[in-house]
Amino acid sequence: MNEERRLIYHYLRHDKKFPHVWCPGCGNGIVLGSLIRTVHALGLSKDEVVLVSGIGCAGRLPVYVDFNTLHTTHGRALTFATGIKLAKPHLKVIVIMGDGDATAIGGNHLIHAARRNVDLTAIIVNNNIYGMTGGQSSPTTPHGLRASTSPYGHAEHAFDIARLVEAAGASLVARGTIYHVNLLDKLFQRAMEKVGFAVVEVISHCPTHFGKLNFLGDAVESMRWMAEHAVAVERAKKMRPEELQGKFRIGVLVDRDMPDYQSEYEKVRKRAMEGVPYRIDPQEISKMLESHQIY
Amino acid sequence: MGGEEERRPKLIQGNEACAEGAIAAGCRFYAGYPITPSSEIAEVLSYRLPAVGGTFIQMEDEIASLGAVIGASLAGVKAMTATSGPGFSLMQEHIGFACMAEVPCVIVNVMRGGPSTGLPTSPSQGDVQQARWGTHGDHPIIALTPWSVRECFELTVRAFNLSEKYRTPVILLMDEVVGHMRENVVLPDPSSLEIFDRVKPSVPPEWYIPYEDTSFGVPPMAPFGEGYRYHVTGLTHDVRGFPTLREDEIEPFMARLFRKIWSHLDDIQTWDTFQMEDADICIVAYGSVARAAKRAVLEAREKGKKVGLVRLITIWPFCRRAIEEALKGCKVFLVPEMNMGQISREVKRVVRGRGEVLTVSKALGRLLTPNEILEPILEESR
Repeated sequence: MNEERRLIYHYLRHDKKFPHVWCPGCGNGIVLGSLIRTVHALGLSKDEVVLVSGIGCAGRLPVYVDFNTLHTTHGRALTFATGIKLAKPHLKVIVIMGDGDATAIGGNHLIHAARRNVDLTAIIVNNNIYGMTGGQSSPTTPHGLRASTSPYGHAEHAFDIARLVEAAGASLVARGTIYHVNLLDKLFQRAMEKVGFAVVEVISHCPTHFGKLNFLGDAVESMRWMAEHAVAVERAKKMRPEELQGKFRIGVLVDRDMPDYQSEYEKVRKRAMEGVPYRIDPQEISKMLESHQIY
Repeated sequence: MGGEEERRPKLIQGNEACAEGAIAAGCRFYAGYPITPSSEIAEVLSYRLPAVGGTFIQMEDEIASLGAVIGASLAGVKAMTATSGPGFSLMQEHIGFACMAEVPCVIVNVMRGGPSTGLPTSPSQGDVQQARWGTHGDHPIIALTPWSVRECFELTVRAFNLSEKYRTPVILLMDEVVGHMRENVVLPDPSSLEIFDRVKPSVPPEWYIPYEDTSFGVPPMAPFGEGYRYHVTGLTHDVRGFPTLREDEIEPFMARLFRKIWSHLDDIQTWDTFQMEDADICIVAYGSVARAAKRAVLEAREKGKKVGLVRLITIWPFCRRAIEEALKGCKVFLVPEMNMGQISREVKRVVRGRGEVLTVSKALGRLLTPNEILEPILEESR
């Protein structure tokens, strides 16, 4: 407890920015706690951490922490983060977004940041709804459920964020929940240590809107639902498909080594600085074309 | 840059001159999205920036481009993007963010015919009012309009200097003619240029108040990662950068945002005059149209008409004093524009009935001719 208190004092802007804006039972505080513990565990200095967010409930997270913090526009956090990272590669740039922020208005930036494999840590807090604006449906609202703009049941189908960013080219893809906090600490650590675009989807909840509209009970009840439905990836491997029906996997889903954008661009800089025209060996050309994967 | 090679006259485009101006001004980050007629700026910088240790990135759209530019600038690197009409529309939200968070950056808009996809390869001056009012909310803005290839270079440098000095986005409003026109120019020696870099805090981090008012009106700016940890937001904020709803914090913030520009108009506003000394008819023009207007002045003079030209270089904030000075001798103003009359309304606002304001407003996707400008002058004095 003393250690916890020391961390709070060290990392939070306790003298200015509290009380916070989040509702009772919100998962964002759990995500924030996990984030701080991870930065601490990795021994990162506060000066080298840049925390970037978009708009929404999760977007309010950076203001409370004593890092270099940037609260951008709705959906565009990854674009600002890309600029920061490319301009000052030694900085540890962490981006925090909500599901609407990252996959609706920011969906294009999400897939392109993944495709470029920019060395960023992207945390997507998925509570299946737009919380701040009053419970409207998001790209992760499950089909058939209610939202304040889907009063007759949601007609659309949800994104699987993890598969989306995996297909787009992210180096590391993980999923955790606000219930499995120890795991979340580990996933954040893996993501921050990874060179390349690393995404952690955090399954969260919104008792105020999503929970209320869909009779999911209070925060405790929806966290119990997470405990009952999450299956660790290691265990899921040993389970039959019918056993996995209705469950979701948590843990590191994808971890692959690919050159990140910064190291690729460094090659470009080197060629440009040498001033030698870029010529490709004809045999290399066919190899490059073949490596362009189309299924 | 540098060396004898660079000092020789070169036949280059306005877009190329703009890219070279950016390098000379110290721009080391460019993010953009391809769009005609501005694409050459990106092409030249994709070649030039990595060679000087900078970064070029082609983003997924114009919104992302300006986002990345603002991010790079917050990290302490001078940054720019370039676009045209539709891309400029997409950038409006982030122009507002840069105004609000006071992030220096340069946005080049090589104007083409609009609205919408409009006339992609044709000239226009249709984005003049959008440059002023395109983003939502009240904000001052600086915009510059070059009329020649050499001035594309010079005003790009100036755009960076103003953006660094006043911590504001600066818009370089070129038009397709200026962007694609080739002229034989000797670019200025980079070492002869006056380059302004943003003022960094001189106090230790624990004393730093990121949005504190100063007598100049522009607070020093700390780059991310150098020990000055602070919050940057598009929300209306207090002097520490934290969101606020308090009237006593909102009011001084908004006042300073305007004061930092309005109290330095002497430094920001520039215009040029041609044969205005004895003129009784004043043409007010900018960009490529000013070239035709200059020709019209010469032809009118040949016909014995005392016509002069006020060429706006700073287009925003609008050079009220240029018009006031012209009013001392002129009772007739003519505003030729490649739009339906966007700057003529500013001229009318200043003239306020003290003279007559004629317009030549043509949004036809082509340059105005000297004759088209001359016609109303000859009719007026008939």
